[in-house]
Amino acid sequence: MAEELKCIEKWSFRIRELQIGAGKEEGGTREITFKVGHQATLPYLFKEGEIPHRPIIAAEVFDSSVDDWPQSLSEEIGSVLKEPVDWAVKMVEELGADTVCLKLQGIHPDFGNRPAKDAVALVRSVLKKIKTPPIILGCGDQDKDNEILPLLSEATKGERLLFGDVVQDNYKTVTASCIADGHNIITESPIDVNIAKQLNILVSDLGMPLDRIVINPTIGALGYGLEYAYSIMERARLASLAGDKMLAMPFICFVGQESWRAKEAKASESDFPSGGDSRERGITWEVVTAMAMIHAGADILTMRHPKAIKIVKAAIDDLMKK
Amino acid sequence: MFVISEMINGMYQKVARAIQAKDAQVIQALAKEQVDAGADALDVNCGPASREPVKDMCWLVETIQSVVSVPLSLDSTKLEVIEEGLKTAKNRTIINSSSADIERLQKYIAIAKKYNSSLIALTMDKKGVPQDKDRRLELAAQILACAQENDFPTDEIYLDPIVLPVNVAQKQLSDTLEAIRDFKMLASPAPKTVVGLSNVSQGSTQRSLINRTFLIMAQAHGLDAAILDPLDKDLMDVLITSELILDRNIYCDSFIDAYKKSKSR
Repeated sequence: MAEELKCIEKWSFRIRELQIGAGKEEGGTREITFKVGHQATLPYLFKEGEIPHRPIIAAEVFDSSVDDWPQSLSEEIGSVLKEPVDWAVKMVEELGADTVCLKLQGIHPDFGNRPAKDAVALVRSVLKKIKTPPIILGCGDQDKDNEILPLLSEATKGERLLFGDVVQDNYKTVTASCIADGHNIITESPIDVNIAKQLNILVSDLGMPLDRIVINPTIGALGYGLEYAYSIMERARLASLAGDKMLAMPFICFVGQESWRAKEAKASESDFPSGGDSRERGITWEVVTAMAMIHAGADILTMRHPKAIKIVKAAIDDLMKK
Repeated sequence: MFVISEMINGMYQKVARAIQAKDAQVIQALAKEQVDAGADALDVNCGPASREPVKDMCWLVETIQSVVSVPLSLDSTKLEVIEEGLKTAKNRTIINSSSADIERLQKYIAIAKKYNSSLIALTMDKKGVPQDKDRRLELAAQILACAQENDFPTDEIYLDPIVLPVNVAQKQLSDTLEAIRDFKMLASPAPKTVVGLSNVSQGSTQRSLINRTFLIMAQAHGLDAAILDPLDKDLMDVLITSELILDRNIYCDSFIDAYKKSKSR
């Protein structure tokens, strides 16, 4: 065995445990719920401390058409791409995702400007059709998110879902709703550990319990700042394990979104002949990005390609064998 | 920085009266106030007026640990008083303190081992407080050698270089600071270092200013722990800021709040 495994670090603190989804006895309707976090050491150093929960994979599902996705990605998911409820069901039941991450892009003023009632109806239908707790993301337009996410929070009160994202200059409205309705929240910072910590303090000052906060450290895909994201996550984890309670929360990493933004992942073979088979290339880009994030300490990954999800899930199974 | 609050001490009249009248509320309010202000541990001393220090120590420990769960630093010149505190304490303990005299030290180390406690050891002996850095280091080495011979972990020893008042021994303070840094090199794992901070300003004016200036300098020399008054807000603010500058905590705009929240139990 390698020499370094003998160097066992004693940590004084552990990451907080967070539960996503509430079953009937807890006031929700989820048949499957998840716990993440609660690590007492750095990723997969089982000899140093307890790592009770495996990372979970949430498949990204959109409420509106995703015309800009490369064919190698969209053809794999198939006709359900235009039917978000069926898409969610397929990802969880057939394609191996632990749950789904529902991105409400369609409520954005520039991408459909859909009304609140559509979003509420969609979330209700998804909840009816899947057994797991979905992650619910706004569209990124502050006014629209502040209008619609509180309605969704109220409509799913008691389900203990995960809502996001809140940012340093816009966190109060959505956080207050999530506190009132018993949901978890994602705090987003721009690859900046100082802002991540500050935002967690602001959110907890409003009354959000620390065990209902998930940090989105913001990541870059392979070739687009992956190492920087890794180092920020590592720094936050080291501080947390040494006792910094304001950073000791699980991480969510938007792997799908970032990987499939890379030109190496989406370029066709004719545009990028030296890159080889475009399908394999895209999948590999997403898998490599996901694996790096897992080793940086990610607790929740959002992903897109079913094959990539399958590969990463198998790798997690392997890593969790002590 | 490991903050040991000095306020539960029978030298203070309010505490002495509470001990005499067995007024638990006064002591408990004081304990909670110290912890809320950032104390990681509480020093517990019955004071010179206590007629039954063994019973009083036991009462103090029980009274305090029923409201806060921080470690207690059991402070007495009598070993039997400390041992009573150790028997009663449920949480981590620190013995405050032994001198460097071998005979005395061996007894204290034996008790510390028996009760799984840390030990503050002063770098002074029968001959008195050292006048320079070399003598401090010599006594520190003697303490650590004794710990090693008795299988006591050297990182459970808190070496106290003895801070003298600036108006009494001004020339010694820079030596004391250097000793704090040098102590760490005397054993592996490195011993911890502690100072009784308020002593530096004993009998001076501008006490708070002197205390906090010395604290910053001691932190820069790698001090691990200090016995101080956490209710001195200016002092706590510079302590927190020094920790930040030494990269012990990650910066955020509300870094004072963040430090306190991270401590809150």
